Amino acid sequence: MHELSIAMGIVKIAEDETAKVNENIVTKIELEIGKLAGVEIDSLNFVWESAVKDTVLEHAKKIIVVIPGKAKCADCNAEFYLENIYDSCPKCNSNFKGIIQGKELRVKALEVI
Amino acid sequence: MCGTCGCGTDDNDPTILKPGEQPHNHTHDGVHFHSHEHSEHTHEHSHQHRVLEVEQDILQHNAVMAARNRGYFEAKNILALNLVSSPGSGKTSVLEKTLADLSTEIPFYVIEGDQQTLNDANRIDALKIPVIQINTGKGCHLESDMVYNAVKKLNIIDHAVLMIENVGNLVCPSMFDLGESKRVVILSTTEGEDKPIKYPDMFHTSDICIINKIDLLPYLNIDIDKLKNYALKVNPNLQFFEISATTGEGMEKWYKWLKKNLV
Repeated sequence: MHELSIAMGIVKIAEDETAKVNENIVTKIELEIGKLAGVEIDSLNFVWESAVKDTVLEHAKKIIVVIPGKAKCADCNAEFYLENIYDSCPKCNSNFKGIIQGKELRVKALEVI
Repeated sequence: MCGTCGCGTDDNDPTILKPGEQPHNHTHDGVHFHSHEHSEHTHEHSHQHRVLEVEQDILQHNAVMAARNRGYFEAKNILALNLVSSPGSGKTSVLEKTLADLSTEIPFYVIEGDQQTLNDANRIDALKIPVIQINTGKGCHLESDMVYNAVKKLNIIDHAVLMIENVGNLVCPSMFDLGESKRVVILSTTEGEDKPIKYPDMFHTSDICIINKIDLLPYLNIDIDKLKNYALKVNPNLQFFEISATTGEGMEKWYKWLKKNLV
């Protein structure tokens, strides 16, 4: 359940960023999570409540933007979307590729009062 | 790093400037402070929400500490290996066998990660190898700051091999860079050939795949080529070693690789 570590990481960022501007209540948090980032959103939702308890995020509305996985084939240069990290190039069937999108795991924005 | 223009706005980020250039300070947090006199007019302050555009990687702290570890290892020519696998694949046995056979030729240091107990550290200590145990408690993986603190206690000499045995778990440790030189995933023949596509992230992020318990092959219904093909589908750059930590079969090739990669 590394999602708990992820949630704690989010709390730390929110605590640090709100402290910088002397705020202590976050009303909304926007997260970007790539499809290939290795985070189960259901698991993150499951641990969220206990992770944010008694923190600046306790009453924050959580918005998750899921970013689709995208790769560039190292053999034929085709760019393609992928569901799994092991999907082959649909054009030439090569397994050699660079992931160009979908590994994101970031706090995009916080809304404070 | 600032996601809007690409510059480093965080105080911790390095600023790269040519002579004569000025760092440009700005914030993208959408917060504007206007000072004004209150003597001439009165007004209600509305309860306005404001948006802080944070744009921060959630694993940033882990990445920063991992980079510190990696720099330390590189400066001292330490070959640091992050050993990952599911529980029971024989990680500790592979480690014990390797240490027992090579410790007269190579200085080894070991960091053991487990949720509980000193059992693994005691097994390594019995071989007279310096070892630190990290107990993660409820944690399911090692993180780079744990390794940072453990390394501080180990006083590793230059040109040594540091073996970091991660918590037995084929999922969570894949996300956490420890600053290792290479990641080594260990898979045993009893686990089934489709493990690499069931747990692709671990195989995607590893450099080496050790297939352990090959002495059991005559009793099992496993197709090693199929296993390798699945693993190569996930990560075409994986390098394989087929070994048995029990009988010693195949260990020579693994040892050769270790010696070659230690500078």
